[in-house]
Amino acid sequence: MLLILLAVLILHLIILVLLFVSTIANAWTVGGTKNTDLWYSCLTTNVGYHCSSASNEDWIQAVQALMVLSVLFCLFSLVFFMCQLFTLVKGGRFFFTAVFQILASLFVMCGAIIYTVMRPDGEKDAAFGFAYILAWVSFPLCLPPLTAMCE
Amino acid sequence: MLTILALASVILLGIVPQQSEAIVIYTGWERHALVGSDIRLSCSFFSWRWTSDDVTFSWSYRADGARDSISVFHYTGGSPYVDNKGPFRDRLEFVGNPGRRDGSILLKNLDYGDNGTFTCDAKNPPDIVGRASSVRLLVFEKVPIQAGVITGAIIGAVLGLLVLVVVIYYLMRFLVARRVFNLSVSKHGKKGKGKEGSQQRQLWRPPPVTCLPLTS
Repeated sequence: MLLILLAVLILHLIILVLLFVSTIANAWTVGGTKNTDLWYSCLTTNVGYHCSSASNEDWIQAVQALMVLSVLFCLFSLVFFMCQLFTLVKGGRFFFTAVFQILASLFVMCGAIIYTVMRPDGEKDAAFGFAYILAWVSFPLCLPPLTAMCE
Repeated sequence: MLTILALASVILLGIVPQQSEAIVIYTGWERHALVGSDIRLSCSFFSWRWTSDDVTFSWSYRADGARDSISVFHYTGGSPYVDNKGPFRDRLEFVGNPGRRDGSILLKNLDYGDNGTFTCDAKNPPDIVGRASSVRLLVFEKVPIQAGVITGAIIGAVLGLLVLVVVIYYLMRFLVARRVFNLSVSKHGKKGKGKEGSQQRQLWRPPPVTCLPLTS
């Protein structure tokens, strides 16, 4: 029993860390000398490393918002988990934890999908960066904790 | 006392005829527009007399920083005359309805040089005494969506919704509990009061987690 709860807690923390890294790191799209992401688009020239803010388009701002929201909701879910761990009565369920976790995974999925669809293509050798991959990885990781808190 | 009465009557007699004869003209106070867009400058008036056939509208323009104004539009004798020599040549159009006391004009394809004050003067014979009204035009360049506006809006909306749901949930719980409490008090009198709210505190035990493939 205790082991399961510990595993769930560790999984929660892992997901939180993944989401943080994915949101903050500057590597959603990497090319030869250019790497763009949610917040900046940076170019490495032989002179140095120049960054400018990402474009002001609607979809990038939506992806930013969704990633931030998913991090927030994962945090809320963790807080609720800790709360309910100490105050849950016998026969109760981790209802709010599961709800917030579902919402967080939903937001990550929406953000990753929007980015995939609307990504500006045409750049030579531009590939998806590790932050993008982390976003997709953290989405299904939310499911095992849910089964641990199932009805 | 008598002098005061006389003064008051003179003032009243002075005001009332003016009120029944003056024409009041309404335009906006300030108008904002983007470069390259069109804008409609509205002008309407109120008069104690019926709208005559000789009603006239007259628009004049004074650029920001200029000292005198030029006339850019005139409506008289049932037909409009637009500016065909000045700065608004081919850009001005009459979109008003004089029969409904509306003398609005439409300015097309605005530029930064159009910043200034537009004055509308309307006359409704024999009601010709009135004060012309001015509207200030401000032309801005295009403002794209600023970075972070949509982001902040989405985050704020979702969090606000969350807070709202929580507040409603607790409100409903509070109301239902109060209603149940009132009912029970009215039914049992003072007997049922001391029994609620005494949950015993136990030593902390991990809450039971039931999971189908992993039951311990």
